[in-house]
Parts: sequence; C-alpha cells; structure tokens
Amino acid sequence: MIRFTTSLRRCWLAACLAASLPLLAQEPSAAPDQAAAAVASAEAAPAVPTAFPDVLRALGSASLSERAALLNALLATKHPNTAAVLKAWLEDHLHVRDADGEMFITAESDAGDASSFALTDPVTLAASGPESADGFTKVGSNNALRKLLRSAVASFTLGSPDADVRLGAVREMLRAPDDATLALLRERRAAETDAAVQRAIDLGLASADLASDNADLRLAAVQVLSGSLAGEAIAKLEALRDPANETDERVRAAASLAISSISLKRSLYSGIETLFFGLSLGSVLVLAAIGLAITFGVMGVINMAHGELMMIGAYTAYVVQLLLPNHLAASILISIPAAFVVSGLVGIAIERGVVKHLYGRPLETLLATFGISLILQQLVRSIFSPLNRSVATPEFMSGQWVINDALSLTWNRLYIVLFTLLVFAALQLILRRTSLGLTVRAVSQNRAMARSMGINSDRIAAITFGLGSGIAGVAGVALSQLTNVGPNLGQSYIIDSFMVVVFGGVGNLWGTLIGGMTLGVAGKLLEPAVGAVMAKIAMLVFIILFIQRRKQGLFPQKGRAAEGH
Amino acid sequence: MKNQSLLLSALKADRGGQVLLGLLAIAAVAVPVLNLGVPEGSLLHLSTYTVTLFGKYLCYALLAIAVDLVWGYCGILSLGHTAFFALGGYAIGMYLMRQIGPRGVYGNPILPDFMVFLNWKELPWFWEGMNHFPLAALMVVLVPGLLALGFGWLAFRSRVTGVYLSIMTQALTFALLLAFFRNEMGFGGNNGLTDFKELLGFDLKTPGMRVALFVTTVIALAVGYIGCRYVIASRLGRVVQAVRDAEGRTRFIGYQVESYKLWIWVFSAMLAGIAGALYVPQVGIINPGEFAPINSIEVVIWVAVGGRGTLYGAVAGAVLVNYAKTWFTAAFPEIWLYALGALFVVATLFLPKGVVGLIPARGAKAS
Repeated sequence: MIRFTTSLRRCWLAACLAASLPLLAQEPSAAPDQAAAAVASAEAAPAVPTAFPDVLRALGSASLSERAALLNALLATKHPNTAAVLKAWLEDHLHVRDADGEMFITAESDAGDASSFALTDPVTLAASGPESADGFTKVGSNNALRKLLRSAVASFTLGSPDADVRLGAVREMLRAPDDATLALLRERRAAETDAAVQRAIDLGLASADLASDNADLRLAAVQVLSGSLAGEAIAKLEALRDPANETDERVRAAASLAISSISLKRSLYSGIETLFFGLSLGSVLVLAAIGLAITFGVMGVINMAHGELMMIGAYTAYVVQLLLPNHLAASILISIPAAFVVSGLVGIAIERGVVKHLYGRPLETLLATFGISLILQQLVRSIFSPLNRSVATPEFMSGQWVINDALSLTWNRLYIVLFTLLVFAALQLILRRTSLGLTVRAVSQNRAMARSMGINSDRIAAITFGLGSGIAGVAGVALSQLTNVGPNLGQSYIIDSFMVVVFGGVGNLWGTLIGGMTLGVAGKLLEPAVGAVMAKIAMLVFIILFIQRRKQGLFPQKGRAAEGH
Repeated sequence: MKNQSLLLSALKADRGGQVLLGLLAIAAVAVPVLNLGVPEGSLLHLSTYTVTLFGKYLCYALLAIAVDLVWGYCGILSLGHTAFFALGGYAIGMYLMRQIGPRGVYGNPILPDFMVFLNWKELPWFWEGMNHFPLAALMVVLVPGLLALGFGWLAFRSRVTGVYLSIMTQALTFALLLAFFRNEMGFGGNNGLTDFKELLGFDLKTPGMRVALFVTTVIALAVGYIGCRYVIASRLGRVVQAVRDAEGRTRFIGYQVESYKLWIWVFSAMLAGIAGALYVPQVGIINPGEFAPINSIEVVIWVAVGGRGTLYGAVAGAVLVNYAKTWFTAAFPEIWLYALGALFVVATLFLPKGVVGLIPARGAKAS
C-alpha cells in the first residue's frame, strides 16, 4: 500500500514538474499561476493548502509522513522561490521559528559557528539578522523524502539557462534514475540544444533502456552506449554478454562489439593522458635543466647549487604571495620576474665570489658550488623554518579540463607545459637573435679568441651565469605550483637535471628540450608496468648505459666547440 | 723480493705515512688499555662510546683513502663511492641478520624479522649461505668489486671522463638508493638491517667486542694504507698517475689506459666495501640512507680538506671533518651545514693541497 502511494506520488510529481518547467525556464520571476495550481492540487490532495506561504507554514508543523504531500503542494504552487526552499530543505537549512511558526532559510551567521542563524524569509527573500539557533526547529527529512527532494531540485536546475548547470542536473538525476526522472529527461531531450547535455541524456536513457523488455529497444540502447566512454557503460554491457541476463543473440553480439569499441577508445584516451603526464613531467625536467644547460652546457661550469637557485625562486613565489595575499593570480605573475631577478642576482654573486676563481677546474667548481648549495639550504632553514611551505594555486590554474568521460587534464600541468615552451623559446631568442647571445656563444666557444675580439669575457660570464640562475628561479616558481616549497626542493631535482643535460647533449638547448621530454614520457610510460621507483631506476640505468654509447648525448656538438668539453 | 724493497723505499720516503702508521700503532695499543685496563671513573678512562666513535671515524678514513686513490692519483672524481661502502655494509649486515636466528622479535630461526613482517615464506636466493662468515666476507669485496668492474668497464672503455664520470657515479648511487628503498629488493627497505646481536659468536654490545672491532679497523686502515702505497709505487700506480696528468699522451705512448683505470677503480671500490663492512657492526645499522649522493660528496670533501693525492691527508681530513661534525651537531646543530658548506668553498679556493699542505715539507725547509 505504501509502495503504491509512493509511486503514484512520484508520477504526479513528475507531471507537475514537467508542466512547470517551461514556465520556470522562460519566466523565472513570473507570478505563480495560483488558480491552476489550486485546481491541480485540490484533485490530488484536497486537505493541503495551496498558497505558497500557507504551504510553508503547514510544512513547519507537519509530521514526516505529511511532508511528502506538502512537498507536492509546494511544487504545485510554482512559486519562484520553490527551488531555493527545496535546496535549503535538502541541505538541512530550513528551520521553523518556535515562537511564531514562521519558516526561514537559515545559514550559519559566522563560518563554523552553528549557535546563531542568519535568516532569509522564503517568501520575500528578505534577509533578517542573526538569531540564536536555540529558538528554531529544523524541518527534517528522511531518506525517501531526500530522494524526492534531490530529483525535484535536479529537475528545477534542468531548466537552468546555463548548460553546465543542466549537465550537472542530468548527472544528478541519472545517479538513481526511476520512471519519473526518465520521463523528465525524455521531455528535456526534445527541448535541449546543448550537445553535451543531449549526449549525457541519451547515454542515461540508453543505459536505462538496457533493462527494457523490448529486444529492439535494448539493441538500440547498446548501439547508443557504444559511443560512450564511461567505465559504467562497460560494466553494464558486460552483464549483457551473459546469456543468463540477455536472451537475444543480436543484443549479445552488439554488446561485445560495443565493449571492444569503448575499450579501444578508452585505451586511446588513457594513452593520450599518459603522454600528457609524460610531457608535463618532462616539462618540469626541462625547466629544471634548461638553466643548467646554460651554465653547464654553454659555460662548462658545474653548478651544484642550481637546485638551490630553483629553491630560491620557489621561496620568492612564496614571499610574493605573502605580500599579496588577496591577489593570487597577480602574485604568481609578479613572482616570475621577481624570482628571475632574485635567483639571477644570487647566481651572479656565486659567479663573482667563487666560480670565477675556479674556471678550468671543473671538479673543484663542482665541490665549491656544492658547498654553496649546503649554505643556501641552511640559510632557508634559518629564515623560513625547515618545514615545507605551500604556495596557493590561483583560480585559473586549479581544477581540471574535462574533455570527456575518459580524459581530463589538470590545468596546472597544462600551464607548466606551455610555460616551459615559452621559456625555451625566449631563451633561444636571447641566445640566437640578440647581440648578448652572440657574445655569450662566442665566449663559450673560445674564451681567448672572444677576448681578443674585444669582448669583456668576465662580464659576459657573469651575465650568462646570472641568466642560467634566473631561469632556475623561474623554474622554481613553476615547481611551487606542483609541490610544496621546502629547503630540500632543489636537491631532489639536481641529479635529474644533470641527467637531462647530459642525455640531451651538453651545450645544446634543443637537446635539453627533447632529452627532458623524452625522459618524462618514457618514465610515465614505464610507470604503470613497473612502478614509479623502478621506472626512475630504469631511466638512470638507461642514461648510464646511453652515455657509454654516445658520450656526447643525443645532439653532440660539432666542430671546434666540441673539443672544449 | 723486489716488490718488498719497492714498498719499503716508498714507505721510507713517505713521512706523513710514517706518522700515520705510528699513530695507528699507538692507538691499537693504547685504546684497549685505556678502555679495558683503566677503571671507569678514572681520568684516563676512555669510554666505550668514544672507542666506537673513533672506530667509526677510522672506517670513514679507510673510505677516504679509497676515494683519494682514484681521485688524487687517477683523477677520477667519484661521487658515488658510498655505494660501494654501503654494499659492503649490506653484505656484512646480511650475515649479522642471519646470526640473530630465533632471537628476533618474531622468533623465526631462518627468516629475518622484516621478511616475516612482509609475509615472506622463504629466504630469497641471495640470502642463502650468508650465515657463513667466510661467504659474507667474500661478498664484502666481491659485490662492490663486481659493480665497480661492470660500471668501470662500460665507462672507461667508452672514455667517459671528468665531470661526466662524476655525474654518472652519482646517478649510480642514486639509482641504488632508490632500489634499496624498495621492500621488494629484500634488504629491509626503508629500515634497512639492524638489531644485530653478535659477530662470530661474540656479543656486539660488550666493551671487549667494541675494542676488538676498533683494533680490527685500525689494522684494516694500516693494511689498506700500506696496500694503497704499494699500488701507487708499483708500475700500475705510476702509469695511473701518468693517466691523471695526461691521459691522451699516456694512450699515445701505448698504454691501455682503460685497463689501468679499471683495476685501480675496482681496487678502490673493494677498499670502500671493506670500510663499510667494518662500519656496520660498530654503528649497528645499515639502511639505504648510506647510498645518498650527499654522503659520497661529503667523502670527497674529507679528501679535499685533508689534501688529495697524499693518502694520509685523506685520513686526516676524514677524522678532522667528522670530529668537527660530531662536535658541531651536538653544540650548534644550526651551524653545522654552514660550516660544512664553507669548508667546501674554503678548501677548494684557498687550500688546494688541503690541511696537510699547510705543513711545510722538511725537504723544502732545508733547501
């Protein structure tokens, strides 16, 4: 008996909603058509009130079992605030004031303080001041009611002018579809103009049709589902391959075909995803290594403090963000040049103070700069504490770019890839197209000859070192968006960076780019098979062996410059 | 007979070495007496803690000699020598783990505790036989030696030199670090091997055993020093020094540079393995942290501070820097990294010959 009334009520609810949808969508602020509502609800439940304020008042004092009928009455009023009331109800934000029985939409007046409420009158939407929560009683709900509420709220949002909101509503309704919601969706499908929403509805309806008694309908549904990418579709189709579940031969065959088509597409997309992960990992490697490619590759100086220059860049981003706590996006953009300058100046100081005295003694340079890296790490520990700091990610870089059910890319990684290419292009321009770049290349190829041509090689060496260090700082800003910023940030990248430079070929920026991307992609491709750590070990061993075969790297230098290294 | 005279004449000319061997001989006699003979509470008593601490320093000194042999005399800057050190340590650690027997927490007579913990049912093949000391002792030199042989054969044959080689050695130890962190490797993962009970039937915790380990280390260091001195004085050593100074010319004269480099490299790795094997019973633990690239670089700085290419300088550097580290990390933990970093810079900029270079040579003074 109870079951019967519930399903009856649902059908009725669906009918009401369907009737109200066009109205709500077109004229959300129109006055409720009270007369029609009164007729409609009078037939179904003669005892309940019909005017919006009256329904609300009745709802406050009603028992749980009466509330279902009142919910229908509420929907029947077609009052523009119905959606807000239903939403508040669903989220336990609908309260009755004990003193006078008035209904309010409530919110916690201060964040985290549940003892007093900020009130909103559901009829006028006027806000009134905070009142102690003690004088209020929550309008409760049970599971059955919540289910009704959820689908009612979803159907309201189904009429929203925003396609994304509609898509969310469709997904919400499809989580637990029943005949009423399916009927609603069919209705919506006819009026829907947005392709993504259309598709979501089609797939939902098709997967519901799989349970149909009509074999042709099932066959059509299978064909629709074969265009899906979702994992659930595969699970549903898988069940159809079993003769115990599916009697029709054609449907079984179609299901098998659809599964293989979906799996193929999913593996294609997961391949694209892996490639993207690999490229983003490779970008991080390239960013970390490209500054090194200048100091090590172009100048032949082993700078073990390179990682710490990245760390300084990351901390610069942290400090800039502390100074501009309310402008996340701006602080990131500002910290890029700031980190370039700070790390660049530290780099120049290192060059002037230590490296200058050690030219031509690469092993000693390695040791001295390692000492500097220890000092810088400890300096950061003393200033910022040894704990990791996190740099917040601005709005435009957080979240994912959802392309389809099987493929979504995180924005921050996408930006890192673009940023890396940008930095690379800028660096190439500087080295290839400016007079500074010309002198830098001249000094790196033959210092003595460059000096005799009138180039101040000391100054150029300092500037080049500063350039490489500044790029390290910029890389640090990028890293701050991916990981926590801590004193050990640089150390974890230094070996990888050297590997990339050596693998790509010393003194060759293109080699660094391609080498870094190759290592990143290869690492990510290996990862699912052998695990992250083994993939890393495999890469290290590979490079060790690779260098034995081609000790000049992927792109060896040619001509006289090669003899210098 | 000829070899003996070669070694003797090398030692006669080596004043620093004479001082070092003299000091080691004194330590080998004095330390047992001061620790075991002098009663506790006496002013002259040497605590067991200090004995172990200095035993540790001397293990480091042996490692430093190994690094100096390849860096100072052959020009190969190894930034991965602790890999060999740690492998030697793991070899002896496996023996010590097997010696625990049923006294472990889980009481399994065959499987070490961490394997029981990981639900392993039988001993991996490479743990078989490690309960026999002679095999473990063989592995102490064999495993680092073979790794060095393989790596060196590949690297030297294709003429990877200088900075590239340094970076490759660092990659090697980094790869091993990552590998040993994995539980699946069967070496205790992150925690490594520890909780050792006894060595050759002697309880490791007794002062007597501590002193015995110290004396063994002293002897090993002395023998290692003399061995290195002999290698350097030999034909191999002289060719190797020629390689250091002018690799191309040595090759053109007709020497097969790769083989000379390879053998001295393998010998050095074995020494490092022995140092590790002496180190582990004294500190009582070996874990993947020993593979960390920074440790290897630190060893190089001991040698640089002491004075590269002298051998005794490496010993002096290892003991001095580690003593300073112990003192600083206890008294001013904040300052230690500053001090170490400054040491790197100062040693490379101002002390190209290390602290032993500050002591004027007698011959130079006379002339």
